[in-house]
Amino acid sequence: MIEINHVNKWYGPTFQVLKDCTTSVAKGEVVVVCGPSGSGKSTLIKCVNALEPIQGGDIVLDGVKVNDPKTDLPKLRSRVGMVFQHFELFPHLRIIDNLRLAQEKVLGRKSEDATAKGMKLLDRVGLKDHAKKFPAELSGGQQQRVAIARALAMDPIAMLFDEPTSALDPEMISEVLDVMVDLAREGMTMMVVTHEMGFANKVADRVIFMDRGEIVEDAKKADFFGTPRSDRAQKFLSKILQH
Amino acid sequence: MTMLGNFDFDVIRRALPYLFLEGMRFTLTLTALAAFGGLVFGTLIALMRLSSYKVLGRIAGFYVDFIRSLPLVLVIFWFYFLVPYIGQWVTGASRPITVGAFASSLITFIAFEAAYFSEIMRAGIQSISKGQPAAASALGLTYAQSMRYVVLPQAFRNMLPVLLTQTIVLFQDTSLVYVLSIPDFLGAASKVAQRDGRLVEMYLFAALVYFVVSCVASFGVRRLQSRIAIVR
Repeated sequence: MIEINHVNKWYGPTFQVLKDCTTSVAKGEVVVVCGPSGSGKSTLIKCVNALEPIQGGDIVLDGVKVNDPKTDLPKLRSRVGMVFQHFELFPHLRIIDNLRLAQEKVLGRKSEDATAKGMKLLDRVGLKDHAKKFPAELSGGQQQRVAIARALAMDPIAMLFDEPTSALDPEMISEVLDVMVDLAREGMTMMVVTHEMGFANKVADRVIFMDRGEIVEDAKKADFFGTPRSDRAQKFLSKILQH
Repeated sequence: MTMLGNFDFDVIRRALPYLFLEGMRFTLTLTALAAFGGLVFGTLIALMRLSSYKVLGRIAGFYVDFIRSLPLVLVIFWFYFLVPYIGQWVTGASRPITVGAFASSLITFIAFEAAYFSEIMRAGIQSISKGQPAAASALGLTYAQSMRYVVLPQAFRNMLPVLLTQTIVLFQDTSLVYVLSIPDFLGAASKVAQRDGRLVEMYLFAALVYFVVSCVASFGVRRLQSRIAIVR
């Protein structure tokens, strides 16, 4: 579904953020990407739907080459859902209109169909009663659930999560993770950048560990948590699993 | 005899229908149209300045600097006399084309306001976090759609008080069309003043009206500003 082949990326002429990254996500697979901050994990996931350009290698999404200049990027992006660290709901639109906008303008759905679909997904994330509110009236956890529903409204073939719980107060993290766990169990293809190792342990098929722009470890969940091969992954794990 | 003792209120009263139905109507029409046109073109110029195509940015930047370096009254004046000849040159007509004083002054004001509004809209667009257009793109919206539905509405809302304040300045600046002998509010007051020899009354009254309208509008903007601050 997602193939990342020898991807290189520089910021400016000298700073290399991604060094020869190669991995893939199969259909229905849940892959968690972790690593210390500045390791390039967020950058990597943003390259998958070309929010960030790459300078070397290529990325293929459901058979379409993402870094081909001829690729219709808006169309490609409309097929992959993305959830951001800071939610990025549109603050000037009501919740239901946040869910309707792209359905109508990108997929050309009729207003009543988009509304029905939006309400169904809001119900699914437990926020049906908040449809008429503005994003600022919701808590962080609620906003992030709306953001997930907004992405799902496009009937995506895969979902990308860029640190979806990092900006949340601790008591709101689980309500967002619950939605993500359900999604994973229903067979959604997911690539998730997160520090939530509990989530990884519960639903991930594979865990990727990145450090300084490199994919240091790419292993099945059991292998990763059992016997990480690299020193750096071992150190990282011991630090975040200490508590 | 004191100045006020000689003050003829009746000359103002008699001139009221003319001052407001013609003069003020013209002033408000010109203000509204110039503000609207200035906002539309100003937004386009702002988008050009922020565009990733460097050439577009430079053209827009030059335009803004150029306009802001010229005295408005001079441009109104020159434009009125030059446009017929430019029109002739563009259309290849045998004689200078006729452009009314209203059309000529409207074009001038739109060109001027576009430069000022563009700087306001540029600040407004830059005030929106990069995550917003990124989220719009991730949903499959094109650049134009992301601007139209996500970025510009927020930029406009954030900048509304500043845009309205600039429009109040524009409302006062429209009085400069007097150089084309157009009966805007000030022009109308001026005509009556000359005709009846009542300069003190008419110019004082005109000043009072500009003052009251601008003051009330400014007060309204400040109230709006505090309301927006609460919503955010």
